[in-house]
Amino acid sequence: MSLQDRLTELRDQGLADIKSADVLKKVNQVKVELLGKKGPITEVLRGMRDVAPEERPKIGAYANEVRDKLQAAIDHRRSELEQAALNKQLAAEQLDVTLPGRPAVQGQPHVITQIITELEDLFMGMGYQIVDGDEVEEDYYNFERLNLPKDHPARDMQDTFYITKDVLLRTQTSADQPRSLENHDFSKGPLKVLSPGRVYRRDTDDATHSHQFHQIEGLVVDKHITMADLKGTLILVAKTLFGDQFDVRLRPSYFPFTEPSVEADVTCFNCNGKGCAICKQTGWIEVLGAGMVHPHVLEMSGIDPEVYGGFAFGLGPDRFAMLKYGVDDIRNFYLNDVRFLSQFYKKG
Amino acid sequence: MRISTQWLQDYLKLDIPADELAEKIERTAVEVDGVIRPNAGQKKVVVGHVETCEPHPDSDHLHVCQVDVGEAEPLQIVCGAPNVAAGENVIVALPNSWIGNHTKIKKSKMRGVKSNGMLCALDELGFDEKLVPKEVADGIFILPEDAKPGEPVFSYLGMDDEIIDMSITPNRGDMLSMNGTAHELAAIYDQTPTMPTVDLHEDANDDIDDQLEVRIDADQRDVPQYKMRLIKGVHIQASPLWLQIRLWNAGMRPINNVVDATNYVLMQYGQPLHAFDYDRLTDGQVNVRLAREGEHLTTLDGEDRELLPTDLVICNQDTPICLAGTMGGLETEVTDQTTNIALEGAVFDAVKIRKTAHNHDLHSEASMRYERGIDHGMTETALDAAAAMIAKLGNGTVARGVAVGRDEDVQPVTVTISLAKINHVLGTDLDLTTVTDIFNRLGFSTTVADQTYTVVVPSRRWDIHLPADLIEEVARIYGYDNLPATLPTGQPTIGKLNETQQMIRDSRKMMESAGLTQAISYSLTTEAKAKAFALHASDVTKLDFPMSSERTTLRLSLIAGLLDDLAYNNARKEHNVALYEEGRVFYSQPEQVRPKEIEHIAGAITGSMVPKSWGVAEQPVDFYAIKGIVAGYLKSLALAGNVRYVASADHPEMHPGRTADIYVDDQLVGFVGEVHPATAKAYKVRETYVFELDLTALIALPKARQQYQPISKFPSITRDVAMLIDDQTTNAAVVALMRAKGGAHLQRIELFDVYNGEHVPAGKKSLAYTLTYQDQNATLVDDEVTQAFEKVLNALQTELGAEIR
Ligand SMILES: [Zn+2]
Repeated sequence: MSLQDRLTELRDQGLADIKSADVLKKVNQVKVELLGKKGPITEVLRGMRDVAPEERPKIGAYANEVRDKLQAAIDHRRSELEQAALNKQLAAEQLDVTLPGRPAVQGQPHVITQIITELEDLFMGMGYQIVDGDEVEEDYYNFERLNLPKDHPARDMQDTFYITKDVLLRTQTSADQPRSLENHDFSKGPLKVLSPGRVYRRDTDDATHSHQFHQIEGLVVDKHITMADLKGTLILVAKTLFGDQFDVRLRPSYFPFTEPSVEADVTCFNCNGKGCAICKQTGWIEVLGAGMVHPHVLEMSGIDPEVYGGFAFGLGPDRFAMLKYGVDDIRNFYLNDVRFLSQFYKKG
Repeated sequence: MRISTQWLQDYLKLDIPADELAEKIERTAVEVDGVIRPNAGQKKVVVGHVETCEPHPDSDHLHVCQVDVGEAEPLQIVCGAPNVAAGENVIVALPNSWIGNHTKIKKSKMRGVKSNGMLCALDELGFDEKLVPKEVADGIFILPEDAKPGEPVFSYLGMDDEIIDMSITPNRGDMLSMNGTAHELAAIYDQTPTMPTVDLHEDANDDIDDQLEVRIDADQRDVPQYKMRLIKGVHIQASPLWLQIRLWNAGMRPINNVVDATNYVLMQYGQPLHAFDYDRLTDGQVNVRLAREGEHLTTLDGEDRELLPTDLVICNQDTPICLAGTMGGLETEVTDQTTNIALEGAVFDAVKIRKTAHNHDLHSEASMRYERGIDHGMTETALDAAAAMIAKLGNGTVARGVAVGRDEDVQPVTVTISLAKINHVLGTDLDLTTVTDIFNRLGFSTTVADQTYTVVVPSRRWDIHLPADLIEEVARIYGYDNLPATLPTGQPTIGKLNETQQMIRDSRKMMESAGLTQAISYSLTTEAKAKAFALHASDVTKLDFPMSSERTTLRLSLIAGLLDDLAYNNARKEHNVALYEEGRVFYSQPEQVRPKEIEHIAGAITGSMVPKSWGVAEQPVDFYAIKGIVAGYLKSLALAGNVRYVASADHPEMHPGRTADIYVDDQLVGFVGEVHPATAKAYKVRETYVFELDLTALIALPKARQQYQPISKFPSITRDVAMLIDDQTTNAAVVALMRAKGGAHLQRIELFDVYNGEHVPAGKKSLAYTLTYQDQNATLVDDEVTQAFEKVLNALQTELGAEIR
């Protein structure tokens, strides 16, 4: 038998053996047996010395061709078997993906904080500074500097916790605004502040009253601030909190520290303005109070109302949360029932 | 303030649905609480004529009536009212009618006699008990003789009226009257209102001068005006029905013709008036002054009141007979026997009346108006109108002249404002014509020079005296809906959180990512709870006049509030709770009422932080779990100083063996540990772990300068050591020693086992650590590490008596 025929025979036998190997181990065994240093192909090449020199390149090339073919067949068979094994394993590894995942431990911000944070971010985006005043304030700043002298009838509207006759728990976060006004350097630009925080009123706690709640008050003072600017700002607040589809209306109101004073209503989200129990059949829900800063307030802070003017607004995050999420009892915010707190998952 | 739309027709031509009118008022003037329709939901209630009225055969108080209701046959109705009689016109609720607040009337039998409907009293038609005239309160209501049987009854009682209930802000006292509201609506709808006129006839032969003498012993500010009229020969009786209807629809109970006349004029003009029984005024003498300490007065309601020196009183011969502006005295009250009336029309100081109303808890229609101010220019007109009305209703005569205790020269207020200023503040571009028109509609006369208005404001709008007030008038009549909506322009400013605010926000996020949910508890609590868990001793800040004993004192710590929250949850079977709170505590400062407000952050965890789930065991929280949270949080703050945990038995509310004070270098910043079992029991919570940190202090502490450390390219070598050591020796001591002796290349010490169970002798524990050695600049040689490690082992043995295993 010529070397060439021998190689052909080895090739055909090898291909058959590879094809019939049904486990990886056998494939490896075939490889070692056929292509190893002591294997038959090496053996055939050793017999080259008996071949005529002019025939040798031809035989050599053919031997390499057979070796490559066998190697390719081995690789192919190996990958076939590996794939089959993997498929088998995957088939055995199926899970019930509907079983619950293992819980990651994660807390969340209080719903009131969520609302305050959302508004802080909105107003910081418009160049407002956040101001935190003291919760224990002087009567002078909480009332008098906001144009509410001792005998003002509007003081009846807010019953107050006093520590002494001159010191109280602030009833409004705007108590800090006179300080902002007197400390501001208007040569560096307008005053734009937002004061969120806790406030207190002398109320008996029930579903709609709480002796402790929150307020966010805003104040802008500059040489050219208009009521139209106030309107635009309030519309933005309402739409940010409640959504674009709602209308906003302004109504005249009264606050001693603003003139003109307005209250802002948004379309009742419950009935879309048709009238329901939540909006007392009016189709509107009152969400905030505002106005143009009263000239007396500016004067008391040493600011000339002929040159400067501004607007102020105030809103209650507790009330917002009640309206937005249909919370029917304000005490829920301060009892910290985890079944309540965990319902409001948004952002911190 | 209730405004009858029917009454409004006397003033204006308003062919507008009440709801639309209410909405317009709300958008332009004051808040509206709603539109009241007294006949709402009531049906088939008609006029009936009682033809016969016989006693019921089986009852001593019932009557069987045959009632003509405009049908072919009369209806038989059984009635129990004492005042039912043949010949009367009555209110009949027909069979299947609806009356009052959803009550259906059906045919029935009463003690065996058929009754086809019901004869009604006013309260059965939904009238507020407080508004029903006393003389008709105990029986059915008798309708006028000309009422037509079978017609719906509502128009006879004013129940077909639509009443707008307005909520008047303190500045709009002018709208606490029909006249004021009419002026307002006239401006809104651009009409000229028809105002009431006074038709007063004085008795030329009866001069007031010799009969009433009025003296004011109070200053001008307290009593700027005081006038009286005298009405003689008055016959006291019930008012005509039209007047009663106007009063009850305005929310006032009809009393008698004199009181009703004063209330009617009060509603018209907003001017409180008071009628005295003239014959009770000795010598016709009246003086007005502040009360003296210790004086008493029995008011109309029968209450004996001790007067205060801030109360203005009306006196007869210097004896108080009336609390000015709030309530009359019993002694001089108008009764059925009264024939001569001394009628007061006055202006009192708003603050004085407010104090009196507040101190005596006497809030009346009169005091409410005085507190908000009244029209000083209309006092005498209102006095005349009431005198004329009393004379007419009571067939009396009005004596000639007015007894004037004090008068004032009431002048309109003049305010100037430029058109430019109005547009500047409103952000509008209104022209002169538009603004002039608005002032005209409001009834303010104007002169314009150089684009600047001089506005003359009538006395009925005493709330207006500044340019800003005029801007509001223009804005609301022009309409807030018509204002443009813009955002402030001008020099841009940067809005960002300051360092404290940013750190508070970051701290909250850290706590939440560690698994704690934010709580917001009450700052006010009991004194005991306010003081509990305080980081430093301090006096507390207490309310002067608390609302309840539960909320008297400002907290010194957040933990007590969190424990209350945990107790609330535990009571509702929520036993796995992890809360944190970020908020203020209030430390008192020497010589100051106002406390120092410090931001704290605190946490409280009970039960398992990992919720129960398949394949995972619950992990009840322990000291090391909460300490891990605190340590992770403190690490995030990148403090420059060294954080230390020092065992502390100094907190009475905390477990003495499971509490650590937390120091940054030598500054105490907080504590962490288990709540004392006795405290836990007192707060009704289970085993609970807490921490509290002074956030203000942490924010102020220096922060580490952060700089990149190159990561060594050379391999590290580790050595493990396990030792038996005295139980009292702390991990901190072991680590400190290893650090001290570890040499330059010791990088990390990690504790990987603590054991003191079986095979460990009593009083000992087993600790095991991995020490990691690494050189930044070279490959460490094994021998070097072995030498360094030996040093550590020797030190542990000699200095801490450790037995290396
Ligand atoms: Zn609604």
